[in-house]
Amino acid sequence: MEAEPEDAQRLATEARDRVRFEEEALALSEQVYRVARHLVGSREEADDLVQEAYARAFRSWRSYQPGTNMRAWLLRILTNINIDRGRRQQRTPQMQPLEANDYYLYDRLAAEDGDGVSDEQRVVERLSQDDIVTALSAVPHDFRDVLVLVDLGDFSYADAAQILDIPVGTVMSRLHRGRRILKRELAEAALEEAP
Amino acid sequence: MMDPCAHCEEMMQPYLDHVLTDEEMVEAEAHLAECEKCRRRYRFEESLRVYVRKAADEQMSDELRVKLASLRIPLE
Repeated sequence: MEAEPEDAQRLATEARDRVRFEEEALALSEQVYRVARHLVGSREEADDLVQEAYARAFRSWRSYQPGTNMRAWLLRILTNINIDRGRRQQRTPQMQPLEANDYYLYDRLAAEDGDGVSDEQRVVERLSQDDIVTALSAVPHDFRDVLVLVDLGDFSYADAAQILDIPVGTVMSRLHRGRRILKRELAEAALEEAP
Repeated sequence: MMDPCAHCEEMMQPYLDHVLTDEEMVEAEAHLAECEKCRRRYRFEESLRVYVRKAADEQMSDELRVKLASLRIPLE
C-alpha cells in the first residue's frame, strides 16, 4: 500500500507543473495573438487560430521542455495548424519588377514631396494604418510568415527557421523578398491615394 | 568595382537586422557617413519598420482572453 502516497505525490507534482505551464502560456497569449493576427487575413481567423493552438497546447503540454522558448513553441503549434488548414495551395508568385529595388517605396514617396529634402519620418507617416494592414495581408503566405515572425514578433532568424521548419537561409531570403513585396504593396497604396 | 551605393543597398537589410560582421559594419558606416542619399534611405527603412510594427499592433479581445482561459484542463 506504500505505492499510494507516492502516486498521489506524483499526481500532485504533475498537476502543479501543468497549472504552471498553463499560466505561463496564457501570460504569452497577447504576444502570440499579435503575431497570429497577421499570419491570417482577419481578426476572426486569428481568434479561431489562437483558440485552436491553445487547445492543442494545453492537451500536449508534456511535450514542452521547461526552460526552452515557450513563445516559439506556441507559435510553432499555431503555424502548423495554419498550414494544416491547407492554405499553402497559393503558388509562389513570379518576381515582379517593382520588387527589384529596396529603395522603391522611399523613392516614390519622397518624389511626391518635390524638393527631395523631406523628413524620412514624415514620409513614412503618409501611409495609413489601413494601408499597412492591407499591404501585409497582400504578401504571399510563405513570405508573410517569415516577415510577421521576425519583424512583428521579434523572433530571430533561427527561431523563425525552427517555428516554420525551414533552413535559416530560406528565412533570410524570404524575409528580404517579403519586405520588398510589402514595400511594393505600400507604394501602390500610396500612389492610389495621391491626389 | 561595384557602385558603392548599390553595395550599400545590399547591406541595408542585414545592417538593420544587426547581422553584419564587424568588418562589413565598418564598411557600411564609412559609406553612410559620406553619402547623404544612402543615409536618408537607411533612415527611411528604419522608420518604416517601426511604423509598420506600430500600425500592425492589434490587441486581442477580452472575449478571446476569456475563451483561452476556459480551455484550461480542469484539475481532477
